[in-house]
Amino acid sequence: MAWMKSLFLKEFQLGVRVGGGALIGVLFFLAVVTVFPFGVGPDLKMLARIGAAVLWIGALLATLLGLDRLFQTDREDGTLDLYLMAGRPMELVVLIKCAAHWCATGLPLVVAAPVLSLFVNLEPVAIGAVTLTLLIGTPALTLIGAIGAGVTVTLRRGGVLLSILVIPLAIPTLIFGVSAATAAVSQVAPFKAPLLFLCAITLMSFVIGPFAAATALRNAGD
Amino acid sequence: MGQQVLDCQNASCERGGRRVLSNVSFSLESHQALIIRGPNGVGKSSLLRTLAGLVSLASGKIEIHGGVAERNVAEHAHYFGHLDALKPALTVIENLQFWRSFYEGVAYPVPAGPLPMQVEGALDALGIGHTAHLPAAYLSAGQRRRLSLARLLVVPRPLWLLDEPTSALDAASEETLVSLVNSHIKHGGMVVAATHLPLQLDNMIELNLGEIDDTTTGSDGKPAQSSGAPTAQSYWEDWD
Repeated sequence: MAWMKSLFLKEFQLGVRVGGGALIGVLFFLAVVTVFPFGVGPDLKMLARIGAAVLWIGALLATLLGLDRLFQTDREDGTLDLYLMAGRPMELVVLIKCAAHWCATGLPLVVAAPVLSLFVNLEPVAIGAVTLTLLIGTPALTLIGAIGAGVTVTLRRGGVLLSILVIPLAIPTLIFGVSAATAAVSQVAPFKAPLLFLCAITLMSFVIGPFAAATALRNAGD
Repeated sequence: MGQQVLDCQNASCERGGRRVLSNVSFSLESHQALIIRGPNGVGKSSLLRTLAGLVSLASGKIEIHGGVAERNVAEHAHYFGHLDALKPALTVIENLQFWRSFYEGVAYPVPAGPLPMQVEGALDALGIGHTAHLPAAYLSAGQRRRLSLARLLVVPRPLWLLDEPTSALDAASEETLVSLVNSHIKHGGMVVAATHLPLQLDNMIELNLGEIDDTTTGSDGKPAQSSGAPTAQSYWEDWD
């Protein structure tokens, strides 16, 4: 168990220290969300209606931004070879790396979401709902993204390809995340059903993500 | 702990659709070192990466006997290659402590000897103790190599796979490396080293990959040929 803890701590430290993506992700999130009111115009009702979707798309793009280096730095400096030889289950290594990556880059997005919600004129209940759905949904984005990061690990400029691969897979998460968030302030739409679907997607990605990414990484050694 | 044997039979591997190794055979026991020689591009690194399980075999088999039953060859081995596996943002000691905790407990101890060393002890033994709390980014190339080598000292594993181990090391560090490797061999370890330099180790047998294309079967008088290879024992040299 000690190795899991030290792997987590190392990855987390690398994420928040020099050159880690933690701050960049939040700043990018801020940039995306700020751009919308300028583009859409000062129509407060309209902003409130699309606000949850804007935040979700911002969070998705910010997550993708940091993912391309998830395994690539490890491959370039030889760390991946040593991970594969260590005799530790690669699936677990991937899961722990994703957990640390999420704590360093995903959690700040969730924390920033309530503040950014003010930019798009969300009411308090909706702010709570968006933050809750992001808290549940961003781990799924990271884990689904890890599959793309594993598949593109050998490509020098895999970032764009990663986004193209991952965005279609992330669409269900986006749909249920946004529908749960908007349903919170709607009179007719149900809140619980899409939220439960979102939870189910996250749980599924916990299973599929590490296995798929580990398989891809094992074959990246050649 | 008993004797271990690394057995490689007719190993072949392909990389990028090209055959880079064909029918390499050798057998290596505890207390022995195998030096793989040959010019650039002959497949030395590929053979080491194959032994490390990082490149899959096209045919043949590689086995370790006398080790932990449920563990494969790679999990008995340390790989010291061209890449240092260091994170520049972490300090020297953080880098080493991470690898120790990540590797610890999988491998099993080599019979006796000075290993495993403490983290600080290993850094001192390699002459980089004074850099312990510096970020690894500030190390010179030679210091990075030595820090990477320190990983082999803090977690004991019976088989050391060394790919051009002396690159970027100065004469004094090279001497330290050779004495560390010899001590590992003396205490029952196995070493497979690929080099194009005249590296001298104890109980050394040689495998010359450069001659693969010229040799057919079982030519005598040369150390461990690629095909029909005799067992390592008949070619012990420098047996002190």
